[in-house]
Amino acid sequence: MGKSVCVIAEFRGGDLRRVSYEVASEGKRIADALGSDLCAVALGSGIAEKAAELGRYGVKKVYIVDDPALENYLAESYVPIIADIIRQCDPAAVLLSASVDGKDLAARLSARLDVGLVQDCTEILVEDGKIRVKKPIFAGKCFAWNEWIEGAMPLISCRPNVMQCLTLSEDQRAEVERVDIPVPETRSRFKSMDLDTSGRVGLSGAEIIVSGGRGMKEAQNFAMLEDLAKLLGAAVGASRAAVDAGWRPHADQVGQTGKVVNPNVYIAVGISGAIQHLAGMGTSKYIVAINKDPDAPIFSKADYGITEDLFKFVPAFTEEVRKLKSTCS
Amino acid sequence: MSKSSATAGKDKTMNVVVVLKQVPDTESAIRIAGDGKSIATEGIKWIVNPYDEFAVEAALRLKAKHGGKVTILSYGPQRVVESIRTALAMGADDAVLIGEDDIESSGRLQLAKAMAAAIRSLNPDLVIMGFRAVDNDMAQRGPMIAEYLGWPHLAFAVSIESDGNQVTIKRPIEGGSVTLESTLPALVTLGGSHAVWNPRFASLPGIMKAKKKPLAVKKLSDFGLDPAQFAPGAGKTRVISLEMPQERQPGRIVDGGLDTEGKARELTRLLHEEAKAI
Repeated sequence: MGKSVCVIAEFRGGDLRRVSYEVASEGKRIADALGSDLCAVALGSGIAEKAAELGRYGVKKVYIVDDPALENYLAESYVPIIADIIRQCDPAAVLLSASVDGKDLAARLSARLDVGLVQDCTEILVEDGKIRVKKPIFAGKCFAWNEWIEGAMPLISCRPNVMQCLTLSEDQRAEVERVDIPVPETRSRFKSMDLDTSGRVGLSGAEIIVSGGRGMKEAQNFAMLEDLAKLLGAAVGASRAAVDAGWRPHADQVGQTGKVVNPNVYIAVGISGAIQHLAGMGTSKYIVAINKDPDAPIFSKADYGITEDLFKFVPAFTEEVRKLKSTCS
Repeated sequence: MSKSSATAGKDKTMNVVVVLKQVPDTESAIRIAGDGKSIATEGIKWIVNPYDEFAVEAALRLKAKHGGKVTILSYGPQRVVESIRTALAMGADDAVLIGEDDIESSGRLQLAKAMAAAIRSLNPDLVIMGFRAVDNDMAQRGPMIAEYLGWPHLAFAVSIESDGNQVTIKRPIEGGSVTLESTLPALVTLGGSHAVWNPRFASLPGIMKAKKKPLAVKKLSDFGLDPAQFAPGAGKTRVISLEMPQERQPGRIVDGGLDTEGKARELTRLLHEEAKAI
């Protein structure tokens, strides 16, 4: 059996994040294809019990460093520790999530270990024992297939919500090995975390997104989209025009200089479909466009197009969804 | 108030370096070149990577508050000078271009090493740059450079404050945000959007002045680096092919002579029965 495949798991508030299950599942698939085992690395505080849950996804052994000083991610403390563990286990490949922290960690780790990194991969293939990865470039206007030069260890971050979570066995536990590496002194410090407790659905990971553009005319009109989103269990997004106008927070912006999203359904309301916006949502499974201008470029991407005044159509559509939801439940 | 307490309360002046990448305009349609591995660059309009433009803005605001200097650092062929002049016209003081045409093809780690060497020669208190470039979207250059400098880095900032001794940022994470700080020198990468940073336009006098600002074109050897180690193909990864996204099937306009309510009903039905999505 060859060298292990290694995944780096992510904890928040003492819990494994869902993205770690995705990465472990993908890691298992690659380990099987390479004929090797799957191991994991996890840093955090009070994580030993939870780390063993990675066994469900085929992880045999988890190397953990458990220390109150590691409760929150900080590149300066995490990178040297993880680099040390990876040097010791000398894996065939390392996978982690292209989450906010994961991408940051991967980048610095790449330089520290002198290994080649491809970020934000959406597909990983093993062909003749070689790993090849696909990643979007230009916000999804194009895709690049990458491979590693002979002898180089692949470091891969996986785009969240793309890789499938495959539970092997609910009660399978991974062996947990505590690694004794001291937490380094750092010049940077974690000050505070502020979590959104409003219950709103976030854009990343949303199954359905209702997005508004310039056609919304003013900030308060987004209440209409909020109502629809609430019914659908959807997140609310916005085009750059709507964000630049100050109608929505920047975190809601979808596009080449905002978030790239790939929900099951993307409902574009009053969005004409600038090329940068289309790049950010073009991989959505179903696209619905609601716009009164029949020539709007968004219609060329839409599975279902509605040429209507949004101020008339959205309330009518919301009402129909309400009826549907009441008959379904 | 004694003199010493007055100076203690005063912020230090800051020497800030902004790392700038030139990228194809986000308006550009992307086509694959004849080699199947790169983007066709004919007819492309080149711009300052938007996130690096935010970095220029953030640096200029720090300079306005603390005094000091903003230096632009970039790399690549002669065409990059135009983007550097844009940043100078916004108000940056001077610039260094690592004028090696093929440096990007030496691989990302090599490029970060070269940038780190150039930054060392400039001895800044703070380095600011975008957290990603809108072309290859790797989100890695900043952390890599910081690693080679042996400095802390704070990534993906949507706000930045500094008193000249330390820097504090706010960074969105999934479902919230965190606040981080570091003593200087440090490297900060910026996220956010145009609405967050609202980068200033270059004024006409700014454009005129920019033409006279110092712009040093340097070679790798000027930083004590061996050019042989930065040859094309020195990277650990390589692109084997590019592919365009699958064309979407032509969409369907929901109409059929229906009124507003009828179309709403039909869309709901399609999403429920056909797409099975709601």
